[in-house]
Amino acid sequence: MDVIARNNVVVTGNETGPTVLLAHGFGCDQNLWRLVVPLLAERHRVVLFDHVGAGRSDLSAWTAERYTSLEGYADDVLRICRELDLRDVVLVGHSVSAMIAVLAVNREPQWFAKLVLLTPSPCYVDDGDYRGGFSRADIDELLYSLESNYLGWSAAMAPVIMGNPGRPELGEELTNSFCRTDPVIARAFARTTFLSDNRADLTEVSVPTLVVQCARDAIAPREVGQFVHEQVRGSRLVTLDAVGHCPQLSDPGPTAEAITAFVGAH
Amino acid sequence: MRAAGEWPGGGTGPPFSALPEENVEDLYDNAPCGYLSTSLDGTIAKINATLLRWLGYERDALVGRRSFSDLLTVGGRIYYETHFAPLLQMQGELGGVALELKTADGTRLPVLLTSAVKTGADGRPHSIRTMVFDAHDRRAYEQELLRAREEAELERDRVQRLARTLQQTLLPPALPEVPGMEVAAYYHPASLDQVGGDFYDLFPLSGNTWGFFLGDVSGKGENAAVVTSLIRYTLRGAAVYDPDPASVLAHLNTVLYQAHQGEYPRFCTVIYGNLRLDGAGAVMTVAGGGHTPALVLRADGTSSLLHLRGGQLVGALEEARFVVDEIRLEPGDAILLYTDGLTEARTGADRWYSEEDLRDDLSGLVPATAAVVIDAVNRLLESLGDGVEDDTALLAMSVPSQDGAGT
Repeated sequence: MDVIARNNVVVTGNETGPTVLLAHGFGCDQNLWRLVVPLLAERHRVVLFDHVGAGRSDLSAWTAERYTSLEGYADDVLRICRELDLRDVVLVGHSVSAMIAVLAVNREPQWFAKLVLLTPSPCYVDDGDYRGGFSRADIDELLYSLESNYLGWSAAMAPVIMGNPGRPELGEELTNSFCRTDPVIARAFARTTFLSDNRADLTEVSVPTLVVQCARDAIAPREVGQFVHEQVRGSRLVTLDAVGHCPQLSDPGPTAEAITAFVGAH
Repeated sequence: MRAAGEWPGGGTGPPFSALPEENVEDLYDNAPCGYLSTSLDGTIAKINATLLRWLGYERDALVGRRSFSDLLTVGGRIYYETHFAPLLQMQGELGGVALELKTADGTRLPVLLTSAVKTGADGRPHSIRTMVFDAHDRRAYEQELLRAREEAELERDRVQRLARTLQQTLLPPALPEVPGMEVAAYYHPASLDQVGGDFYDLFPLSGNTWGFFLGDVSGKGENAAVVTSLIRYTLRGAAVYDPDPASVLAHLNTVLYQAHQGEYPRFCTVIYGNLRLDGAGAVMTVAGGGHTPALVLRADGTSSLLHLRGGQLVGALEEARFVVDEIRLEPGDAILLYTDGLTEARTGADRWYSEEDLRDDLSGLVPATAAVVIDAVNRLLESLGDGVEDDTALLAMSVPSQDGAGT
């Protein structure tokens, strides 16, 4: 199947500028980048997409087998690079996509010039001396939260899922649709996201890397950002004076600045 | 008994005109829902008495000290950071989100939240206002719904397992090996929930003769399963008693006709045949009972439909007549028996796949061994996808070509 349609790939910005590929994280879709895209677009070619199962991706392409590991998502990132024949890509991965980006870069580094890890966490669950910030019970509680909030989902989203070519605007009419998806997919993605352990993959990264974290982030605390910075050889660490897990929304200016400065750096 | 409008212990209450003017402060503090204002980073700036009472906190313990997400369970906090906060930032408001708050004594308070971003005079986001509704009852109701859904899913799995098992008992577990021939079969169920009414079998009769049949019972589900089972053992019994194909079908007709009681009709379409090895090839004597024509594929790639003479629906009439035809398969030839799930598959709004389409699609298939034919039809079924609305049974038999291809 066509990767462009399957992942709802959108290309915008300055065609002659360096390519920045933005990968959204767990929860929402490419709309999460909406405030930084205008700031990046002037000097960069910006490529956006939805992970399969999120936003306006082709939900029928989702299979439990392929998408219960981050490798499946990383493979999609590589397919996008191949399909668009992208070169010297600066890959920006937010949240869980930071680790998806690490896997993609490690597998086929030839596509990538640089890597930006935005509020990354290689492992959310505490393990020995490592503090990811969560216990296994916490993650189970999250799955329960998801379940509670997706109850009303089926009726509202069914027309979109089943495909409604006659009414493409339908998606826009649904409030909160950026962050809604099939409950089965959401649950699987949550499980994959929060139970993955990619700490060992960090040391394999071979492209220049920037780690961007927030001063206060309940999902990816500073010590985790520090850990990522220490594990990725030669990486830079920027700590934004921001609260929350999505600085591209809460503090788009400083987030875009950090990315732009890193793209231009030698 | 109380008069309408009367309150327990309070008579009818003061007259409407005598109600005191509502005090805004009191409206806020003692509203029947929780109110909460936070700064953009989530720090609690203002909270009403109702919510403090629900949570069991003193005002000073929260205002200016705690962040709203501190009140959430850890799982809820992840949901808040990954869904709630981004949506609120993108949309400016958000409603009906189900979360749990942690009260001072550690118990959980299921709530529904509605939040809106308050903009300042300069039009920039300034703070977040949140209304909190007690959702104990709703949550209990949702739990019931979730449980009911889980039960329904389990039940569905059970039904599918049962249907699959039943289906398997109605088909031969594996085709026997026929020396000097290649045989292959396939069953394509249209529904996972229901037992289909298609059937086939291939079995030894005597010496170098084999009996085979393939057919379709009207309807599906448990009634079809009952009839299918009856047909299978009747055909096999009848073939041992008198293997002449016309006699076998006449026997089946009698049994089905007699078994036809009540409202559910018990008839079927079927092809019954005997296969006898003869020199390098094979001779088939075949009788049809209203079934779709078999497809004959010759070694040179040509294909034709085998229209059998006579042959009525089996079990519908008391006196039915069946006629035997003979066909010879040479090395490299094959015959395919199939049910109408395939040839009645929908290919467009008003178009269906036909027997002639099948003939044309399979012509040129060289060497047409049984396995190759089944494989080709399988690919056809896949390409027809959801158009295949009925079950499809396939039985293919071929004589290996002499140059060894296809053996």
